[in-house]
Amino acid sequence: MSDVLRTAGLSKHWGAFKANDGIDLALPAGARHALIGPNGAGKTTLINLLAGVHAPTAGEVFLGEENVTGLAQHQRVKRGLTRTFQINTLFAGLSVLESVVLAVCERTGASNRWLNLLSRRREEIAEAEALLAQLGLDGDAEVVTRNLPYGKQRLLEIALALATRPRILLLDEPAAGIPAAECAGLFDVLAALPPDVSILLIEHDMQLVFRFARRITVLVGGRVLTEGTPDEIAADDRVRAVYLGESGHG
Amino acid sequence: MLSNFAGILFDGIAYGSLLFLVGIGLSVTLGLMNFVNLAHGAFAMLGGYVCVVAMSRFGVPFLACLPIAFLVSALVGMLLERTLYRRLYRASPLDQVLFSIGLTFMAIAAATFAFGPGQQPVALPELLRGQVNVVGVDIGAYRLFLVAVVILITAMLAWLVARTRFGAQVRAAVDDPRAASGMGIDVGRIFALTFALGSGLAGLGGALGIDVLGLDPTFPVKYMVYFLLVVAVGGAGSIKGTLAAALILGIVDVAGKYYVPQVGAFVIYALMVLLLMLFPAGLYGRRT
Amino acid sequence: MSGPAAGTPQAPLLPEGRWTRAEIVFWLVPVAAFFLLPGHLVLGSQILIVGLFALSLDLILGYAGIVSLGHAAFFGIGAYAAGLLSVHGWGEPLSGLLVAGAVAALAGWACSFLVVRGNDLTRLMVTLGIGLLLFEAANKAAFITGGVDGLSGIETWKLLGLFGFDLHGRVAYLYALAVLFLLFVLMRRLAHSPFGLSLRGIREGAKRMPAIGAPVRKHQVRIYTIAAGIAGIAGALLAQTTQFVALDVLGFPRSAELLIMLVLGGAGMLYGALVGAAVFMVAQDWLSGVNPVYWQFWIGLLLVLIVLFGHGGIMGMLAAARSRWSRRR
Repeated sequence: MSDVLRTAGLSKHWGAFKANDGIDLALPAGARHALIGPNGAGKTTLINLLAGVHAPTAGEVFLGEENVTGLAQHQRVKRGLTRTFQINTLFAGLSVLESVVLAVCERTGASNRWLNLLSRRREEIAEAEALLAQLGLDGDAEVVTRNLPYGKQRLLEIALALATRPRILLLDEPAAGIPAAECAGLFDVLAALPPDVSILLIEHDMQLVFRFARRITVLVGGRVLTEGTPDEIAADDRVRAVYLGESGHG
Repeated sequence: MLSNFAGILFDGIAYGSLLFLVGIGLSVTLGLMNFVNLAHGAFAMLGGYVCVVAMSRFGVPFLACLPIAFLVSALVGMLLERTLYRRLYRASPLDQVLFSIGLTFMAIAAATFAFGPGQQPVALPELLRGQVNVVGVDIGAYRLFLVAVVILITAMLAWLVARTRFGAQVRAAVDDPRAASGMGIDVGRIFALTFALGSGLAGLGGALGIDVLGLDPTFPVKYMVYFLLVVAVGGAGSIKGTLAAALILGIVDVAGKYYVPQVGAFVIYALMVLLLMLFPAGLYGRRT
Repeated sequence: MSGPAAGTPQAPLLPEGRWTRAEIVFWLVPVAAFFLLPGHLVLGSQILIVGLFALSLDLILGYAGIVSLGHAAFFGIGAYAAGLLSVHGWGEPLSGLLVAGAVAALAGWACSFLVVRGNDLTRLMVTLGIGLLLFEAANKAAFITGGVDGLSGIETWKLLGLFGFDLHGRVAYLYALAVLFLLFVLMRRLAHSPFGLSLRGIREGAKRMPAIGAPVRKHQVRIYTIAAGIAGIAGALLAQTTQFVALDVLGFPRSAELLIMLVLGGAGMLYGALVGAAVFMVAQDWLSGVNPVYWQFWIGLLLVLIVLFGHGGIMGMLAAARSRWSRRR
C-alpha cells in the first residue's frame, strides 16, 4: 500500500541551527498519526515544510508518487494537502459563513468568476452551511470572525481546512489554548473526520493524542527519536525521559 | 579622464554616505517597528533648518551646529514617537503611509511659512572649503569631511550594535519583539530610543547635506524617494544592506547624471525597480 | 447552537446585489446637479472623472489591500493614449476610451508581476518607482507628450456622432456620468462576486489564503490589471473632455491626493471613493483662492487626524453611526 504522504531526509537549517534534520515520515491512507515532542523540537517547522511555507534545506516531500518539494502552498492544497495553524490565522473582518464560502469557492474555482453574484452560488453556500453545522458553528454564521470567542475560532480553523476537501490534513495543535474541560467537543470533531483522510496531528495534550492516534512519532531537537504505536511509545523509556513527567495538561 | 572618473566616484561615495546617514534611521524604524515612515525626510530637513538658524541667528560655528542638529531632531523624534507614532505600530501600512504623508505635508507647510520657499545658503567654515589633493586627485574638502564623518558614525553604530547591551537588545527586538519582551526587554523604550537615534542621525545628515543636497521646504518630498529606495534595496533593519545600497545608488546617480544627463533620474528609478525585482526583500533583507 | 430549521427563509448573509434605496438616491444626486447647477458642470465633470479614478484605486487598495503610491501612472497612460490618438487624427470618443483602457490595462498587467512580489515596502517602492519612471519618461519624451507644456491639439469628435462637446460642459458632464455609472455597475458586481470575496480574503487574511488553496498572485494580477484599465479610462475621459493633457496627470502628487481622497471617504466600500473624491475636489475648489501653504498644512493635519481618530473615513463613520443608532432602537 503506497503512502499518501512521504518525506525523505527532510531538513531545515537556519544557519547553524537545525530546526529539522533528516526527517523520514510516511503516512498511509486513513492514517491517524500524531507528532509529539518537547517545545522547540521542530514540530511546527515540519508542518511548514510539508505545507510549503518554507523551502527545505535538504530532502523531499512526496504526495503519493508526486514529488511536491518545489510546489507552492496553494498548489499543494489543490493536490489535497491542507494544514491548520497553531495560532488562529483567520479572516478577521469576514464573517464565519463568508470565510468558509471563500474556502469552498477557491476549491471549486468559483473564485475566478467576477461578474457572477456570490449569493447565487447556491452549491457552494449550501456546502459551507453544512460544514458549519457539522462543526456546530451554524448559529454563528453571521458573526464577524474577530468577534468570535477563541474556542469557536479554533473550530473555524478546522472548518476552513475541511472546506478544501483534503486527502491529508495537518493539524497544528488544534487544542491550543482550549481548557481541558472543553476539549471533548474538539475531540468529537476530530473523531468524526472522514476515515479515508490521513491526519497528522501535533499536540501537547497527551489524552487527546493517546485517544486519537494509531501511530506516534516523537520529535526531539529536530530529529525523529522514535516512532511506534501508542503503547510502544508509552512504554519507551527514552520518551519518558524526554518528557519527565509531562502527562496531559498542566 | 581617470581623475575625472575618480572624482565622480568619490562624489558618489560622498552622496551615498549622506543617503546612508539619513536612511539608516528609516531602515531601523522599518525593520524594528515595521513602520513605513515617509516623514523621515522631514527630520533631516529639521536638522538642516536648525543648523541654519543656529548659524545665522545665534552665530554658532558650523561644526558646533552639527551636534545641535542631531540633538534637536532626536528630541523631536522621541517626542513624536511617544505621542503619535506608537499608536500606529499595529495599524495597516496604508494608515502608516497616510499618517506620515500628513506629517510631511505639515512639515513642508511649516517650513515654507517660517523660512520661505527658497534654498538656504550655508557658509561653510574656511577649513572645509576648497579642494584637497589626495593621491593626485582633486577632491572637495567638504566631501572628504563628509565621508570622514560618516565613516566615524558608521563605526560607532557598528560598535553600538555589536558590543553594547543596548545594541543586543535592539537586535533581539528586531528579530522577534514578542520573544524579546518576554525576556524582559523593555521593547517600548527600545523603540523610543532607536527612533530618536534614527531621527537624530537624519537631522545630522540634513545639516551636513545642506551644501550637497540643498535645503528648501520641499526637501522631504524631493529626497524621500532616495531614502526609501536605499532602505528598500538594502533591506530594512540591516546596517550593512543600507550602507551598500546607499553607496551603490549614490555612485550610480552621480555617474548617471554626469555621463548620461539626458536620462537623469530615469537611471536610478530603473535601477531600483530592477534591483527590487531581483531581490524583493532587499539586498540583505530577511526572506521569510 | 442549532441553526435555523431547514426550509425557513434565511436572512441574506452574503451581499445580495439588489440596489438599496440609499444607493438610488445617491445616483440621483449627480443627475439632479445637472439640472440644478448648470454653472458648475465643468467642476462636476472633474469630480466624476476623479471619482472613477478613485474607484479604481479602491479596487486594489480597499478590496485587495495593495498599497500603491503610483496609481496615477495608469491614469496618465490612459490620458496620453486618448490624447495622442486624437492628435494623430482619430478623435472618436468611445473608441478612444476603449483604446486608452486597453493600453492602460496592458501596462497594469505588465507592472502587476512586479507589484505582487515582495513585501509591503517593496510594493510601495515599486509602485512609487514606476510612477516616477513614467513621469520622467513623459517629461523627457516631450516630442511625443508635449512635456511640461502639455499635450494640446486634442479634438474630440461628436459623441455618437450626434452630441458635440459644448463650452458649458453639458455633454462632457453627461458623458462622464454615463461612463462612470456603467463602470460602477461593473465594479459593484465584481465586489459582490466570488472574486470580490477572494480579494477581501487577501486583504483580511493574506497568510491564510494560500493555505486554502487560493492563487493569491493570480488574483492580484487580475485585479491590478482591471484597476489599471479603469484608471486609464478615467484619464482618457479627462483628455477628451478638457482637450488637454498636462504632465501632472502622471505625477506623485496626483497619486498621493488619490490616496487621501480614498481614505477620506472610506476604503473598501466603493461609495467611499466617490464621496471622498467629491468632498476633496469641492473643498479644493472652494479653498483654491487661499494660500496653498495653508491648504497643504490643513490637508496634512486632516490626514493625521483621520488616521488617528476617524476610522473608515466618512462612509466608515456613517456606517458605524448607523449601526449604533439601529442597535438603540
